[in-house]
Parts: sequence; C-alpha cells; structure tokens
Amino acid sequence: MFWTVTLTLLKGLLTTFEIFAYTLLIALPLGLVFAFASMSRFAPLRGLMNVIIWIIRGTPLMLQLIIIFYGPGLWLGHNIWSGDEAGRILATVVAFSFNYACYFSVIFRGGIQGVPKGQREAGQMLGMTKSQIFFKVTLLQMVKRVVPPMSNEIITLVKDTSLARIIAAYELTFSGYSFMKSDGITWPLFYTGLFYLLFVGILTLIFGKIEKKLDYFQ
Amino acid sequence: MAILQVNDIHKCFDGTEVLKGVSFELESGNALAIIGSSGSGKTTLLRCINFLEKPTSGSIVLKGESLFDSSAADDWEKDLRRKRLHFGMVFQNFNLFPQYTALENVMLAPDLLAKKEPDYRSKKALIRENAEELLDRMGLKERMSHYPHQLSGGQQQRVAIARALALQPDILCFDEPTSALDPELTGEVLRVIRTLAENHTTMIIVTHEMAFARDVADRVIFMDEGVIVEEGDPASVIDHPTKERTKQFLTRYREGNIE
Repeated sequence: MFWTVTLTLLKGLLTTFEIFAYTLLIALPLGLVFAFASMSRFAPLRGLMNVIIWIIRGTPLMLQLIIIFYGPGLWLGHNIWSGDEAGRILATVVAFSFNYACYFSVIFRGGIQGVPKGQREAGQMLGMTKSQIFFKVTLLQMVKRVVPPMSNEIITLVKDTSLARIIAAYELTFSGYSFMKSDGITWPLFYTGLFYLLFVGILTLIFGKIEKKLDYFQ
Repeated sequence: MAILQVNDIHKCFDGTEVLKGVSFELESGNALAIIGSSGSGKTTLLRCINFLEKPTSGSIVLKGESLFDSSAADDWEKDLRRKRLHFGMVFQNFNLFPQYTALENVMLAPDLLAKKEPDYRSKKALIRENAEELLDRMGLKERMSHYPHQLSGGQQQRVAIARALALQPDILCFDEPTSALDPELTGEVLRVIRTLAENHTTMIIVTHEMAFARDVADRVIFMDEGVIVEEGDPASVIDHPTKERTKQFLTRYREGNIE
C-alpha cells in the first residue's frame, strides 16, 4: 500500500511541479511587462493596469480559477479547455500566471523604483547609453532587492497549486485526498505534506544561495 | 577666451522659477565656487550646465561651440551623451556603483566607450593603468579592490572623483562634495580638490565650505533666490561683500545657523 500511495503521490507531484514551473515561466516575464505598464507615462495604460492588479489581488485565486475554467463554457456556450487532464492543467496555468504576474509586478516595481535616481544620473554623466545603464548599473541592484520578496511569493505558489483540485486537476493534494475517498485512509493526506516540505526546502536552499551570491555588495 | 559661457539660464519646475536668468563665464584652468543657502538654485544651476536638467531657456557655449540654445530650435536629446561627456560630475551622495570595486567603478565608463573602437584589446590595458594611476593619486592605492560599502565616505568620494576624471572632462563639477560626510572626513576630500585646483583643473564647485571656497577658488559666485547676487574673486566676495544679502548670508554662516 505504501508504494502504491507513494507512486500516486509522485504522479501528483509531477502535476504540481508542471503547474508551478509553467506558471513561473510565464508570470516572471509577464510580471515585468505589467510592472512597466503600471509605471507608464501614458495615464490610461497605467490606470488600466492598476485596476487589473486591484481586481486580481482583490479576489480569491480559487474564484479566478473557477471563472477561467468554467466561464467560457457558461458564457460563450463552448468550453475552450479540453476536458482531459491537460486542459485542466492549462486552465490552471493561465489563471495562475495572470494572478502571479500581478503580484510579481508590484515586487518588480518596488525593485525598479528602489534603485536610487543618482545611480542612473551617475551613468548618464559617464556617457553611458540607456541600455548600458540598465544592464551594467541598475539591473543587478534590482535583482538584489527583488529576491527576498520573490522567494516568498514563489514558495506561496508551491502551496497554491493545491487549489487546482477545485477543477479536478490531479495535483498532489488531490492525489492524497483520493485515498481518503476510495480506501478510507487519511495518512496519505499527511504524507503529501512531506512532499510539499521537501519541495519548499529545496527552493529555500536555492534562494539562500542566490541571496548569498548577491551579498558581496550593498 | 572663456571655456564656458552660460547666458541667461532660466529653469522652472511646475511653474516655480528656480533660476531667474543666470549668466557667468568660466576661464580655462580656473576653479569657480558657487555658494548660497539651500534652495538658492545653485545645485539646479550646476545640473542645468552639465545637462542633467534641461534649462527652460538660455544658452550654454563650451569652447566656442553652442551646446544649448533655447532660441535656436536645437534638439535637446541630440548628442546628449556627447555633450554630457564634456563635464565630469561628483555628486553629494557619491553615487558609486555598489556592485563594482573601486577600480571597476573608475574603469567601467572608459571601457564601455572604448568597446566600440577597433583597437579595443590594446586599449584595455591602458584603461586599467590609467584607472590605477588615478586611484593612486587619490591616495587609494590600497583600496582599489574594495567595494563601496567597504570604504569610508571620504574614500568613496575620492573614488567618485577618480571616476569622473577618468573620462578627462573639460570641466569637473562638484555638487556639495562634502555635505554627506562626517566632519572628520571632509578634509581628505577637500585636499584632493585643492590639489586638482593647483594643477589648474577647470572646476565648478557648489559648496557650503566657505573657508575652502576662499582658499581654492579663483572666482566665487553668491546665489540667492535663483539669481547671482554677487560675483568676484574670493577675497572680495567672502571677506568684503558689498551686497546686503551676501553679508547676511555670511553672518548667518559664521554663526553656524546655516541649515
């Protein structure tokens, strides 16, 4: 039984990891785009972006997931997501990416605005181009500022993947829960906790390494 | 002939006129000190001259070449980088790049400029040599591989001076270079600037250090409320001011009531 459970949970972990990885892959660049939009000199774009961020941060991720998965079928008359596992994961990734991009954008904005104006001016007085100033001067300082809050969000993302259960994607928590229904045993559910702890433990080590690497300057 | 001619510079921020028509000339090899209380417009003037701020109107001529003229329809953005390179800037807060060592801070800009040239490889060693020599002149031979946060304020400011000198600007500008320093650290920075003055580096120094301005500057400008109130050699402006506002300022300064 232990091996059956472990194998099933590993499969669930794979789905969890897929949701996690694809979400990061999309939400990181999208968050940067959102950050620039929310700082745009063009007021309508800035306003629109801030309203979107307000709505996404102001409503539960689970609600957004339900709307994105069931919404098209209810309002457009046909479901745009295929009913199989892949379709459910895709819908989850779309909802999560958009949600996390909004949170990331606020962190990125803080990182960009946190670099003192004098750094850019010093670069300008040294005859550097805009891109040289960005890549050679401000980027690394931004990254350093952004890593600690990002690690928080990314660790939260690991655990938020369990929300995908609501649209019946077979992620880790769902896999553990299924044994409660089919076999009447509860320990697999607690066993899933161990997988999350390991996952987050590895991430914590990685972020610790990155922070340490950037420790050489202030 | 003057190396720099500044004519009737006005600068408005959101409707508030900070500079109300400032004109002066600077001779090559001279050091000009700009004094005045906070909010008198002296820092804004400096930032307008070295193209960090766009003046609302006026003109700037450097070595006979018009760099800015609000009456002609010249494009501010055009050649902005090249125009700025005529000036070196030493900031109040140093603005060293924290992720680079002292040496890397000094080398970065010359290196980036040389990269576009064909004989970059041969130049690289020269750039490094030059940077090391500059830091040595600043008394920082033992500190070249230190990061800014490992240096004292005075040392950081001396690295910043070396960094500005590395591009061999026509005019070196200082914006209150000792205002962010602990009192016991101002001396080492002022000494370096004094040496530069003795070697006839063309400089504009915005400063609160009155004794220093009198010793080092060839000319002194006293500014108040966006205009030049008094201008002349240091002995006359600082020791024997003729205008009432200059006298008031200097009296308050001596009483230690400035800021």
